[in-house]
Amino acid sequence: MQAGRLGRIALRVATGLVLAFIYIPLSLVIIYAFNESGTSAWPPSGFTMRWVGEALGNSGLQQAFLTSVVIALGATVVAMFLGALASLAVGRYSFFGRESISFVIILAIALPGVVTGMALSTTFASLGLPLGFFAIVVAHATFCIVLVYNNAIARLRRVSRSYEEASADLGADAFQTFRHVTFPTLRSALIAGGLLAFALSFDEVIVTIFMAGGVKTLPIWIFQSFRLANQVPLVNVAGLAAILLSVIPVYLATRLSGGVIGSRG
Amino acid sequence: MTTISTTPAPAPTPSIRRRVAAWLHGHRHVRLGLILALPLTWLVVVYLGSLFVLFLNAFWTTDPFTSLVVREFTLDNFVDLFTTEVYRAVTFRTVGMAALVTATCFVFAYPIAFYMAKVASPRTRGILAVAVLMPLWASYLIKAYAWRLILSDNGVLDWALAPFGLSGPGFGEVAVWLTFTYLWLPFMILPIYAGLERIPASLLEASADLGGRGWMTFRRVILPMSIPAVVAGSIFTFSLTLGDYIVPGLLSTTQFIGNVIVINVAQDLPFAAAFSLVPLAIILVYLFFARRLGAFESF
Repeated sequence: MQAGRLGRIALRVATGLVLAFIYIPLSLVIIYAFNESGTSAWPPSGFTMRWVGEALGNSGLQQAFLTSVVIALGATVVAMFLGALASLAVGRYSFFGRESISFVIILAIALPGVVTGMALSTTFASLGLPLGFFAIVVAHATFCIVLVYNNAIARLRRVSRSYEEASADLGADAFQTFRHVTFPTLRSALIAGGLLAFALSFDEVIVTIFMAGGVKTLPIWIFQSFRLANQVPLVNVAGLAAILLSVIPVYLATRLSGGVIGSRG
Repeated sequence: MTTISTTPAPAPTPSIRRRVAAWLHGHRHVRLGLILALPLTWLVVVYLGSLFVLFLNAFWTTDPFTSLVVREFTLDNFVDLFTTEVYRAVTFRTVGMAALVTATCFVFAYPIAFYMAKVASPRTRGILAVAVLMPLWASYLIKAYAWRLILSDNGVLDWALAPFGLSGPGFGEVAVWLTFTYLWLPFMILPIYAGLERIPASLLEASADLGGRGWMTFRRVILPMSIPAVVAGSIFTFSLTLGDYIVPGLLSTTQFIGNVIVINVAQDLPFAAAFSLVPLAIILVYLFFARRLGAFESF
């Protein structure tokens, strides 16, 4: 499009400002992770690896980190399985209530976490199910489905159904068609959705607090450390780790699908 | 002379799998049922079922002496909710904050999304898309905490403003507004970028051919066509602000809907449930209109 010269310059400046707005606060956390004084006073008083060392040796932090990884893996596996099935049903069949399925899947992520968290934890309590590890995985999987589903459905919409019909015409049965045609077209979309699901689960805190019942994930550890003066410097280091572990999957997901919030196949 | 092999392929042995597949091929509904059973069970039983339990709880009460939930139908919670001045104020404040954050995100997001989709070279576009997407889930808590660092006394902002004899806003509602805007901004940029990118160049050329200058084309073609994407982004910015209680807790002493709900969960679960139906209802209405505006195709 022909944006005027001035318009282009204005857009470029605006883009630069927004990027600065996004990245300056994140960089600060990284700088503070190596700040000698361990307070929030600026400028930093000097460089130190002390907090990194302490964080690496902190067993609570290690445990929380591992817990988060395992929960995120569990939630991702469930979400990938359910999201793939749901996308196949909606993308390849027409049936009564099809639109409602997308609506409920989107609702699970569009509803504020406090509502989802309270609904699920109240239900677990009324059924006598224990809160904790399993409860967190169930809750995370529920709102992670949308990421896998959106990626997969976008892919299914883009890939013509005629490949599957051709496969059937050539004598493949339903299972063979799925294994050799449908699944390979979906694979990278599913992986991209799974990576996003992992990142979201790894980072989620609001619903997690409702479901935790004493289990400490990394975000819960960070949240509790805000109130413990002696652990505050370690928060920056934990933040550095959290940033890295949620940035890497998202980066890989974009490489795989060019997805936008897990869309666009 | 070429001979064309006409040997027919050996007839496939009708294995059990093959027979099941053949049977399934004829029974579309069974196939669909098998595919749909698990996700549907999960969504309906686990998710909608839980929301229903929450809904039921909203009509129960807590015995003030025993703190146990009394399972008798009553509208007391809603009467409390609508007649108590504090709760009304909290609701309006939260909705106002959500609207303000959404508007701010839109103002920040549109130019960069537009630059990415319509001005930047494909290479720059790719880099920018990754740059915006990467911090999407780069630790929500740490991002909120970063603003605590920035806005604290003697923090970065105070230091940067000191030469001008100014100081930052400190903690409070402004801090909450800035932090929410920061947290949800990528959720607004990405759908708008995707929406703008989908507008075919031929439409813009057609507009130019018909005499539409840059601004005219933007106002009459691009802006209307990107509305669904803006609405899709606003679902996130609005809804995420509506229920959040951690950011207000970290950066202010002001109470929002989420704070009141969380405070009541332990003491008076039915009341907390009733109050949580407020954001639930607001979001359902929001989603209803968003769907009519075509936002669901824009994620």
